[in-house]
Amino acid sequence: MSLTNLIVILVQAGILVNMMLMAAAYMVLAERKIAAWIQNRVGPNRVGPWGLFQSFADVFKLYIKEDIVPAAADYKFHALAPVIAIGVAVTTYAIIPFSGPLIELDGVKYGLAMAPNMNIGILAVLAMTSVGVYGVALAGWSSNNKYSLMGGLRSAAQMISYELSMGLAIIGVVLIAGSLNLIDIIQAQTDGMWFIFLQPVGFILFLITALAETNRAPFDLPEAEPELVGGYHTEYSGMKFGLLYLAEYANILASSAIMATLFLGGWDIIPFLDDSTVLGLAPFSLPLVILGHMAFLGKAFALVFVFIWIRWSLPRFRYDQLMNLGWKVLLPISLVNIIVTGLVILFLQ
Amino acid sequence: MFTVFAIGAVASAVFTITRKNPVASAMSLVGHFFMLTGLYLTLQAQFVAAVQVLVYAGAIMVLVIFVIMLLNVGTEQQHPQSGGLRTTLGVMMAGLLAVLMGTAILARPTGRVDLPPESLTIGTTEAIGQSLFTTYLFPFEAVSLLLLAALIGSVILAKRHVQEG
Repeated sequence: MSLTNLIVILVQAGILVNMMLMAAAYMVLAERKIAAWIQNRVGPNRVGPWGLFQSFADVFKLYIKEDIVPAAADYKFHALAPVIAIGVAVTTYAIIPFSGPLIELDGVKYGLAMAPNMNIGILAVLAMTSVGVYGVALAGWSSNNKYSLMGGLRSAAQMISYELSMGLAIIGVVLIAGSLNLIDIIQAQTDGMWFIFLQPVGFILFLITALAETNRAPFDLPEAEPELVGGYHTEYSGMKFGLLYLAEYANILASSAIMATLFLGGWDIIPFLDDSTVLGLAPFSLPLVILGHMAFLGKAFALVFVFIWIRWSLPRFRYDQLMNLGWKVLLPISLVNIIVTGLVILFLQ
Repeated sequence: MFTVFAIGAVASAVFTITRKNPVASAMSLVGHFFMLTGLYLTLQAQFVAAVQVLVYAGAIMVLVIFVIMLLNVGTEQQHPQSGGLRTTLGVMMAGLLAVLMGTAILARPTGRVDLPPESLTIGTTEAIGQSLFTTYLFPFEAVSLLLLAALIGSVILAKRHVQEG
C-alpha cells in the first residue's frame, strides 16, 4: 500500500464519517419537523432559524449529561454495545459507492467510495447489516432490565427473520446485473433501465425489510414505548444513548443509499436516457460525476423521507403479525420473485 | 496482517473456552469468526470471508446469543475435579496433539513456494460458483436435499408440539 493510497483512504474515511454525522443530525431534525407537519404542529423552531441548530443543542445536552450505569448491569457489555452498534453502522459506509471517480493520483482514480470495486460488494453490505443486531441485543441483555431484554430479544428475532427476505430480494438485481460488485450493478443500470422498473417487487420487498432491519415503525417493536418503556436503550443515558440513537439513523441512511444503488440507478441522473448525451458532458468528466454524486445523495435522502413518512403514517404491528408477515408473506413472495426473474432471463437469452 | 489476525484468532478462541459468562464466551467466538474472516481476506478468498461473517457471525451466533438470553443461562459454576483421570487423559491428548503438530511442521517444505497464478482468483464468487455447479454439482444437490429434509423435519416436530400443548 503506497503512501498516497493511505492518505486518500484516511481523507475518504474522514469525509464519510463527517458526512454521516451531519446527515444524522439533520435527519433527526427532519424527523421531528416532518412528524410535526404530519400532526399539524410547528415542530422545533427555537434554536437557530427554523430550529436548524436543534440537533447540535441536543448533542451538547447528551455530552454534559451524567452517564448512569445500573448497579446490576454487566458494565463491560453495557459499554461495548453502543460501540458495536455505531462501529458496524459506520463500516457499511466504506462499501457504498457514493460517487464515481473524482480525482486521479498516481494513475489510480479515486471517488467518494472507500472499497468500491469489491468483488463481493453487496454480500459485504448484507454481512455488516447482519452483524448490527449484536449492538441492540447486547444493549438489551447487559442492562439487566426485563423491558430492555424483551427489546433486545425482539430485535434479534426480527432481524434474523427479515434478513432472509432481504437477501432474497437482492438476488433478482444480482441476476439481472450478473455481478455482486456495486459499481457493476450501477453500470448495468446506467446502460439500461433502473432496476426499480425491472424489479418492482424486489424494491418493495427490500423497502419493507429495510424498515424492519432498522427497527423503524411500523416494525419498531424493539422500542415500542407503550409496551417496553423505551426498549433496549431504556437503561442508557448520556452519550452512550446518543451513540445508539446515532447508529439507528446511520443505518437508515445506509439502507437508503443501498436502495438508491441497487434500484434507483446509483449516480445515474436521468432514467432511460444516457446522461452524457442529454447534458452534453463527456462520460466520467468531473462535472458529470459531481452531478451524479448530487443525484445519488438526492435519491438517498428522498428514501430517508419515505422512511420518516411511513413512520408517522402507519401504526405499529403486533408481534405475531410481524412474524407472520416476514415468514408467511415476504419469504414466499421473494422466492417466487427469484424464480420468475430467473425464468425471464433464461427465455430472453 | 497474517500475524495480527492469527494472534487475534488464537486469543479469542482461548477466551471462548475460558470465560465463565456464556454471553462473554459467545461474543469471543464472534470475535474469533471475525479474525478468521481477516485471514480469508489475506488469502484473497473474498466470497468465503463474506459468507463467514454472514452465516456464522450474522446468523448462527445471533441465534446462540438469542437462546442464551432467552433461557437466561447463568454464570457457570466451577465443577469439582473428578479425580486425576480427567487431568491425565487431558495431558495425554494434549501431548499427542503437540507431537502431531510438531511432525507436521517439521515435515513442511521450507523456503518460498510460488503459487500458481490461478490461486489468486480461486476464492472469488465466479470461481466458487463455477466449481459448485459443474464439478461438485452432485454433492451440492445432495446437501440441499439434506437441508430440505432437515427443514421439513423441524417443521413437523414443531407442529406436533403445538398439537400436544
